[in-house]
Amino acid sequence: MAHAEVTQVEGHQQHPLGIYLGVWLLLFVLSGFSYAVDYFQLQGLLRWSLIILFMLLKAGFIIGIFMHMAWERLALISAILLPPLCLLIFIGLMATEADYTFLARLVAFGPAAEIAEAHH
Amino acid sequence: MTEETLAVSTGIGADPSGLKGVVTDWSHDKQAFQVPWGKAMMWIFLLSDTFIFSCFLLGYMHVRMTTTVPWPIPSEVFALSFGGDPIPLILIAIMTFVLITSSGTMALAVNYGYRKDKKKTVLLMLATAALGVMFVSMQAFEWTKLIMDEGVRPWGNPMGAAQFGSAFFMITGFHGLHVSAGVIYLIVVARRVGTGYYDRHRGGNYEMVEITGLYWHFVDLVWVFIFAFFYLW
Repeated sequence: MAHAEVTQVEGHQQHPLGIYLGVWLLLFVLSGFSYAVDYFQLQGLLRWSLIILFMLLKAGFIIGIFMHMAWERLALISAILLPPLCLLIFIGLMATEADYTFLARLVAFGPAAEIAEAHH
Repeated sequence: MTEETLAVSTGIGADPSGLKGVVTDWSHDKQAFQVPWGKAMMWIFLLSDTFIFSCFLLGYMHVRMTTTVPWPIPSEVFALSFGGDPIPLILIAIMTFVLITSSGTMALAVNYGYRKDKKKTVLLMLATAALGVMFVSMQAFEWTKLIMDEGVRPWGNPMGAAQFGSAFFMITGFHGLHVSAGVIYLIVVARRVGTGYYDRHRGGNYEMVEITGLYWHFVDLVWVFIFAFFYLW
C-alpha cells in the first residue's frame, strides 16, 4: 500500500509538492517553538525535554522527508542511521568522565564549596 | 508485511521489504544498496561527517561539564538590540529561519529536477545558494561582534569559562565552512543543470541535484543540533 503512492525506480524519488511544503511549514513552526523556549526562559526539566523534543522532530522530518530516507530501503536506512547510535555510549562515557574531572578540579583547586556555588 | 506478500503474489519481481529486504539486499550476490552509487557515497560521507560534528559537540559537552567557572549565558551573549531592549538570541533565530528556508527551496529544486523543469531547478538552487551566502554573512557579523565588541577569544573571554570561545569558534566555524562549501557545490551543479551538462553526459538524469540536496539538508540538520546544544542549553 505504501508503495503504491510512490514512484520508485532505482532510488528515483519523486513525491507530491504538498509533502515538502507541509514539512517546510512544520520546520518553521518547530523552530519557532524552540526559540520560544528560550524567549520565555523556561527552565529545568521542562526546558530540556522541550528542546530535545523539538530538535528530534526537526531532525526526523529533515532526514525522513527532505532527505527521502522514509522511502529508502531498510538496508540503506540501517547502514546510515544505526552507526550513530554508538555515539550514545560515547556520550555516556564522556559524561561520567566529566563528573569525575569536575570533582577532581573541586578538590584540587581551592575551596570546594565556593567553586560549587559559582557553578551552581 | 501485506505489501510484501502483495509483491510476491502479483509476481512483479519486487524485492521483499522490511527486515527480510535487508537480508536479501546484503546476502544475495548483488549490489547491496539499490540507489545510484553517487547517492550511497554521499550518505556514507554524511555518516562520517556526523561523527566529526558529534565529536565536536561531545568535546564541548565535556569542557562545559568540567569547568569550575560559570559558563557564559548564550541567551545574553547572543542578544541583539535594534534601538530598544536587547532581544535574546534574535540573530541566531533569524539565521535558523534562513537555513530552514534554504532547505525548503532545495527540496523543491530536487523535486523540479525530477520533473525535468530545468529553469525552476536552476532558480531554486541559486535561491538556496543565495540564502546560504546570507547565512554565512550573518555568521560573519556574529563573529565580528563577538570578537570586536565582546572580546571573545578562543583562549578566554570576559564573561566566564575560557572554553566558551574555543568551543564556539570550532563548532560554528566548521559548520560555516560546510555552508560555504555547499554554496560552491550548489552553484557548480546549478550551472551544470542550466547548461544541459546532465542531458549530454548523464542521459537527462538529474540524480546529482538530489545528491547535492542531501549535502545541503545535512548542513541544516547539523545546525538543528548546534542550535539546541550550543545556543539553547
